[in-house]
Amino acid sequence: MSLHPTTPQFKDNAHRALGDAQLQKALVNVRAGFMDKRAAAAARLPEFEALRDSARDIKNHTLAHLDLYLEAYAAKVEASGGHVHFCRDAAEANKAVIDICKSLGAKTATKGKSMISEEMGLNDALDAAGVKPIETDLGEYIIQLRGETPSHIIAPACHLTKDQVEGDFRRVHTHLDAARDISQPPQLLAEARAVLREKFLAADVGITGANFLIAETGTSIIVTNEGNGDLTQTLPKAHIVIASIEKIVPTLEDASQLLRVLARSATGQDMSVYTTFSTGPRRPGDVDGPEHYHVILLDNGRSSMLGSEFEDMLRCIRCGACMNHCPVYHAVGGHAYGWVYPGPMGSVLTPTLIGVDKGGHLPNASTFCGRCESVCPVRIPLPKLMRHWREREFERHLSPATQRKGLGLWAFFAKRPGLYRFATNLGMKAMALAARGKGKFSRMPLASGWTDYRDLPAPQGGTFQQQWKQKRG
Amino acid sequence: MSETSMTSARDDILSTIRRSLGVTGREAPRRGVVEGRLSGHPRGLVPQRGQLDGADRVALFKAQALGALATVAEVASPAEAPAEIARYLREANLPATIRMGADPRLAAMPWASTALDVSRGASQGRDLNGVSHAFAGVAETGTLVLTASADNPTTLNFLPDNHIIVVDAQDIDRDYESVWDAVRVKFGAGAMPRVVNMVTGPSRSGDIEQQMQLGAHGPRNLHIVIVGTA
Repeated sequence: MSLHPTTPQFKDNAHRALGDAQLQKALVNVRAGFMDKRAAAAARLPEFEALRDSARDIKNHTLAHLDLYLEAYAAKVEASGGHVHFCRDAAEANKAVIDICKSLGAKTATKGKSMISEEMGLNDALDAAGVKPIETDLGEYIIQLRGETPSHIIAPACHLTKDQVEGDFRRVHTHLDAARDISQPPQLLAEARAVLREKFLAADVGITGANFLIAETGTSIIVTNEGNGDLTQTLPKAHIVIASIEKIVPTLEDASQLLRVLARSATGQDMSVYTTFSTGPRRPGDVDGPEHYHVILLDNGRSSMLGSEFEDMLRCIRCGACMNHCPVYHAVGGHAYGWVYPGPMGSVLTPTLIGVDKGGHLPNASTFCGRCESVCPVRIPLPKLMRHWREREFERHLSPATQRKGLGLWAFFAKRPGLYRFATNLGMKAMALAARGKGKFSRMPLASGWTDYRDLPAPQGGTFQQQWKQKRG
Repeated sequence: MSETSMTSARDDILSTIRRSLGVTGREAPRRGVVEGRLSGHPRGLVPQRGQLDGADRVALFKAQALGALATVAEVASPAEAPAEIARYLREANLPATIRMGADPRLAAMPWASTALDVSRGASQGRDLNGVSHAFAGVAETGTLVLTASADNPTTLNFLPDNHIIVVDAQDIDRDYESVWDAVRVKFGAGAMPRVVNMVTGPSRSGDIEQQMQLGAHGPRNLHIVIVGTA
């Protein structure tokens, strides 16, 4: 993995993000944009909740038979004239892509949006091999100009404002009239379209990701709104698909059901603009399309997640709904997470892929509010999976000493219910007494993390257990 | 990558999967389940929305396509399509030039009765207006389904600024599943055209400040001409 994770510094990252005025301005758009649209799209389709069940079941069925579906898929790709490259890790996958580029004498590669490419660190590998990668998704193009990574899995530049994009275009597109007006999004889009059109037509190789791979037919699917993925894969002489092994689904019917929840969960569209099913290279009689079709199938630790407590995560279809609804993501944005995948899905996946010693902060950065699970189109129990990571971190003695001591103290009381009730009752009364007249604390020993930013309400009435007993009475 | 290391990566990955799942890959019942699903391709849950017939189905297709920001016209017969396309270009203040593939349904239309300048073949990126004939439509979401060949080259779907797609009303299906049935009839079970493009409205992007703008990298406008009645 060439992208160096800053995940171990999550707390510093988050602190910086909270104080970054530009970022906070951009994050307002994320909060405003996605949630209402998804809710409206879900409400328009009476079967939406049932389709989520169905999507979950399709993915579970596929994962339980993944070896066989992968074999069927690979056979179909080869039969249609394409090639499949199984790759154990990012280094093998990068090498496979570069070998194909070299065999074709490629100098430039256009790219559709792919998170697997980010996971592989493919752009750096291509650059080092003398192949110039050109990101073509508008958001990806913008962040490539800035030397940044995506801050969101479907809206990679959502951490930026239009003024920042204007600045980048003026800095890079120096061949254009300096007096032009590109202050608004439509003008920025038009400029990117014109600049990238030349790159599409000149590229030697086109690299895309895949939303799904279909075992029945050996087909790869990309879903875009811009059409950049299609120009990427149609115009050059080779199309390279990069995908991880869990992208397989059995049939066209299964893919259709998953498509019904994907766009609705992601952008709140009933259907994305372009859903493209590709099977093999150009055929006799075709007048366009790539002459070579390769699929890079990346494992990178996923085969070991099967059968583990994290297997549910392999159902993920990368819609982004979990981060769109996450209060932590809303507060700090995607870069604070420090590696490829942000938000709740990243908090589960990152420790799997880079290790819990490096990624352990992420599953702790959650209030377990449960919104992510409530919107996940394949019903991944994200809070439960984050809790599994916390348990592993604790078992491996990776959590801080004070936290471990605190938990130990709590456990001592929790195992002795009589003592627990006595202590909480005493503590509550002491706190109520101490806060007499004010009803709140502006300072509290050991709780400055809370009281530095807001008052701590003083307890009133009985303990939780006493109230529970009364109300159930 | 050499053949040997490729083979072993494949073997490694498959054997790790099998170890994780606690299987050998040779279990007959398991193989039977997979083979059955691939050959039987059962339909899952199909929404009621598209389950309409005749004029109602076409009306839903039209409403959904308009909702996806396409424009839609209906003509009674294939012979009327060229005049409608000429009208669309004229009223949109666009040049009267079109490029199209070798689709026999398009070829049979009376283009000479219009002032349209027609060229044929794939697009190299210099065509303002492309015309394609759809394989099918999907009422559920107002989606057009195009299959790649010399008849309807894929480049015409993405390079021109304005894309005009002709679809027979009788080819407008209820749902995606019905389209796959039709694909299997035409191309054979388990086979696919090189590319199937599902198109729902014109190209767009929301990547700058999450504000949707039309005309990203694909066509800025999508005009649909529905021919005949269902």
